[in-house]
Amino acid sequence: MLLLSCPCCGVSAEETEFVNGGEAHLKRFGPGSDDADYESYMFNRKNPMGVHFERWRHVHGCGKWFIAARCTVTLEVFATYPAQTTEPPAEVVARIKARRPDWEGYK
Amino acid sequence: MSHRLPDGGRLIDRSRPLEFTFNGKRFQGFAGDTLAAALLAGDQMLVGRSFKYHRPRGIVASGAEEPNALVGLGEGARFEPNQRATTTELFAGLKAISQNHWPSLEFDIGAVNSWFARFLTAGFYYKMFIHPRAFWKHVYEPIIRRSAGLGRAPDPETRDPDRYEQIHAFCDVLVAGGGLAGLTAALGAARQGKRVIVMEQQPHFGGRVVVDTPDMGGTRAEDWLDQTLDTLRGMENVTVLPRTMVAGVHDHGYALGYQRIADHEPGADKPRHRLWRVRAGLIVNATGAIERPLSFAGNDIPGVMLASAMRDYLVNWAVAPGKRVVIVTNNDDAYRSAIRLHEAGVTIAAVIDARPEARGPLPERARALGLRILEGMAVHHVTGHKRVTGVALCRQDGDGGAVSESLHCDAVGMSGGWSPVVHLWSHCGGKLIWDEAGAFFRPDPARPPLGHDGQGFVQALGSANGVMDAAAVRDEAAAAFGSEHAHPATDPTKADAPMAPVWMMPARAPFGLRMKMWLDPQNDVKVSDVQLAAREGYESVEHTKRYTTLGMATDQGKISNINGLAILADALGRPIPQVGTTTFRPPYTPISMAAIGGEARGPLFQPLRRTPLHDWHEANGASWEPVGPWRRPYCYPRSGESRHDAVMREVRQARESLGLLDASTLGKILVSGPDAARLMDMLYTNMMSSLKVGKCRYGLMCNENGFLMDDGVVARLSEDTFLCHTTSGGADRIHAWMEDWLQCEWWNWQVHVINLTEQFGQIAVVGPNARKVLETLDTDIDLGRDALPFMEWRDGHLGGISVRVFRISFSGELSFELAVPAGQTRALWDKLLDAGAAFGVMPYGTEALHILRAEKGFIMIGDETDGTVIPQDLGLNWAISKKKADFLGKRGMERPAMTSPDRWKLVGLETLDGSVLPDGALAPLEGENANGQRLTQGRVTSTYYSPTLQQGIAMALVHRGPDRMGEVIAFLGEDGKPIEARICDPVFYDKAGEKQNV
Repeated sequence: MLLLSCPCCGVSAEETEFVNGGEAHLKRFGPGSDDADYESYMFNRKNPMGVHFERWRHVHGCGKWFIAARCTVTLEVFATYPAQTTEPPAEVVARIKARRPDWEGYK
Repeated sequence: MSHRLPDGGRLIDRSRPLEFTFNGKRFQGFAGDTLAAALLAGDQMLVGRSFKYHRPRGIVASGAEEPNALVGLGEGARFEPNQRATTTELFAGLKAISQNHWPSLEFDIGAVNSWFARFLTAGFYYKMFIHPRAFWKHVYEPIIRRSAGLGRAPDPETRDPDRYEQIHAFCDVLVAGGGLAGLTAALGAARQGKRVIVMEQQPHFGGRVVVDTPDMGGTRAEDWLDQTLDTLRGMENVTVLPRTMVAGVHDHGYALGYQRIADHEPGADKPRHRLWRVRAGLIVNATGAIERPLSFAGNDIPGVMLASAMRDYLVNWAVAPGKRVVIVTNNDDAYRSAIRLHEAGVTIAAVIDARPEARGPLPERARALGLRILEGMAVHHVTGHKRVTGVALCRQDGDGGAVSESLHCDAVGMSGGWSPVVHLWSHCGGKLIWDEAGAFFRPDPARPPLGHDGQGFVQALGSANGVMDAAAVRDEAAAAFGSEHAHPATDPTKADAPMAPVWMMPARAPFGLRMKMWLDPQNDVKVSDVQLAAREGYESVEHTKRYTTLGMATDQGKISNINGLAILADALGRPIPQVGTTTFRPPYTPISMAAIGGEARGPLFQPLRRTPLHDWHEANGASWEPVGPWRRPYCYPRSGESRHDAVMREVRQARESLGLLDASTLGKILVSGPDAARLMDMLYTNMMSSLKVGKCRYGLMCNENGFLMDDGVVARLSEDTFLCHTTSGGADRIHAWMEDWLQCEWWNWQVHVINLTEQFGQIAVVGPNARKVLETLDTDIDLGRDALPFMEWRDGHLGGISVRVFRISFSGELSFELAVPAGQTRALWDKLLDAGAAFGVMPYGTEALHILRAEKGFIMIGDETDGTVIPQDLGLNWAISKKKADFLGKRGMERPAMTSPDRWKLVGLETLDGSVLPDGALAPLEGENANGQRLTQGRVTSTYYSPTLQQGIAMALVHRGPDRMGEVIAFLGEDGKPIEARICDPVFYDKAGEKQNV
């Protein structure tokens, strides 16, 4: 059971306080988008062995969504940061690079 | 014969004898005994039968690793199968029965399997039962099911009478194991000011050191133990828990502790088990080591035990395993058992040492005591059936061709070396390395399981870490937490001589011996089975395990796994570390399901949500139905009335005069802010920004696939405030859905959403007399037809109570829904019942609500929708805006499959014979699809008997349904017979909507 820190209220809490919301930083494709973009937005998800960005909501706490950068193999949590961003902040990327020099970076 | 010695036994209290029974026979033990110790004291060598061959089984070990001594414990509601005698504390009146035999333990018909052992090899089931295929279901499977499983299940009519509970705990250091390493580490950590929890699975502390090393370099081990425990128990930052096993280590320092509080006091007024849910900064794995058996023919006969278990029984419980004992070993440690038994007066017939020579300090001491030591020798086979009668010996390095000597004995102590208990280290991904010197896997300190910070969070200490010498264990554990102990360095001349890996006795044993060498005595897996698996191509240890069932019994192969994989490695010609281990999974030993459930049973299984009128419903005879986390009245049967009749009465009353419905479970979400209308237009398929203040509009919500997920009436309260009504049970989900979009996609929009569901009760006042009853109450709202038209709302008061009146209808009748502050709901309900008495008012339940809406052709989310239905399927195109550039689900609806004319669409159904169609009935077509399944053209989504129309009515999704009005199609009844129904308009009653608009 993971231990996560909510960047909004600062609480470090049990996984059962949170709910997972799948892959983070998806770009929405609405009306007028082509089939490939829409398909990718709706259905295609990364499933990496290693660095992963995923959405969590502090549902039994402050109610805020945030994003966790996490290693799916070792379960190390590199950082958590607010959801109001379209890509990982530079300092988060730097922190991951420091821990995982072989990481290909955020795409 | 095994027996109790006249004195000694550090754990027993001879002044407190305890009576108990085993298979109905009376025995006597002492307080402090385990059931296994007390059985051995009474010479009960035979304690059970093995799973496959029904071979006689005796006690092998003294702790959690025991594979054989599983018993049915207790009686009646407290009966439990598969309880381990070695970890069962004796209590007065204990009743145990042995398992897996018929008719009796002594004489078991199933033992005939043993005669066919040559044919019941690894993979027997897979090979035997595959042909002919038709035999599986009616012949093979019933036989296998009958012979499967150890023990018998408790009577299904009984209920567990005991209490179980869970506790959350947090600490800096959780120490698993209360032996030398664990307690030393705990003391060091505690002195550093850390919060420490120590869990020891046994009722007593000290682990092996008090048995193996009574003299710790000048200090008595017992004294050290007493002092250390006293110190720890006196510290505020330390919690010391006996009878508590760390069952599993999970992600990020989460561990489960299983505390057996009252197993030894059945019926005591305390919880039986407590599950500790611990979050620890560091988990110290000080769980010790387990001795391995040796593989020689007949090593499963009762009386063959682990050598260390013999000395445990001797020192702890003053029980000797026999009068005349043979010790078989490949290491020095077993000599401790030989010497201790000899000193206690037990005859040691010989020590059989597989090593070419035994010249360590312990063998030399044994020699000095006059014990006979046979070097380079092996057990050729053990004689005896239900108990050991002797051993035949041969050279270890030979092929077992010649028996050199036979010895008479009544017990055999075997030692194949020790395996660190690395389970907790491994549960969460800690890796192991192979230790050549000790021939065991031990934790690789470079690859521990990692916590959230990427740092290791488990530390292995003591013999669990492969450190076997007591002084070294103590130094290591002390150093781990900063304190140095002033111990004399370990004297190399006193150290044990190296062991020799011996995986088979003799080294080149022929098949006849190998098929009698047990690796896993509970599941009956032998050396020959693993070798056969290897020959048949099973190279992966995980596959071999499943094929042979090695280590898959209730003991999970604690004593058998390493021996088994050594045999596999040898058969494959690979080094052991290359073959590797199977996966260690929690729990370490079985824990009770009841402890996992904890208090979550009965009324506490799921918290009940209660509407403000819950108590009234209960007091007025509601027949409940579960609706999400609520219970709602299905109907209110009167005395002598069936549920069906009550529902019919309630529907008629609402249609003809006046009914009341508790609609408080309706979801109520407030959307407010300058961008509220913008958000509403994105959430709903309709245009909501054009809704006028004071008016209501029915709206649909879809997910991004375009599938309908919720519906309800929206009221615009002000320019920048909307009140969204959601389905019962949908409020939390829809509120979360709105929050998700607001926080993660449109975070710069100025709007917020609040779930008000619990703040307001809602009462629907329904029927032709609805207006009249409201007007008899004192009110400041003009409820007239034109003053408050259909689909509008007003704020005001009714009978002095603040209300918001919505003129909306889910029944097709004249209807007012009253939103009331939760605390006032009951008061208003009572006033309405009083005022409504003149109109014969009746409350109606959920079933009447369903019939009323179905008669009107109103859809219900979850009945007409199933997550694959788009609004267009339900004829709701009118509720989908064509003007809006975007809303959630719009892109999804544009896909070709969604616009296809071949979709199943909503229609009504009238059965030709007036009967009620079964719910979910399918309309079959001739022909089959590619999977051989019957083709279908439709399915019933809602079906009721309509008291208004006095016939069965239904709604269904039918292929091109609306184009087929009047066509008769057949649906399959529950008996498989077709029921003919005519496709019709889903609105059965008051098609023009005149009744709701009066």
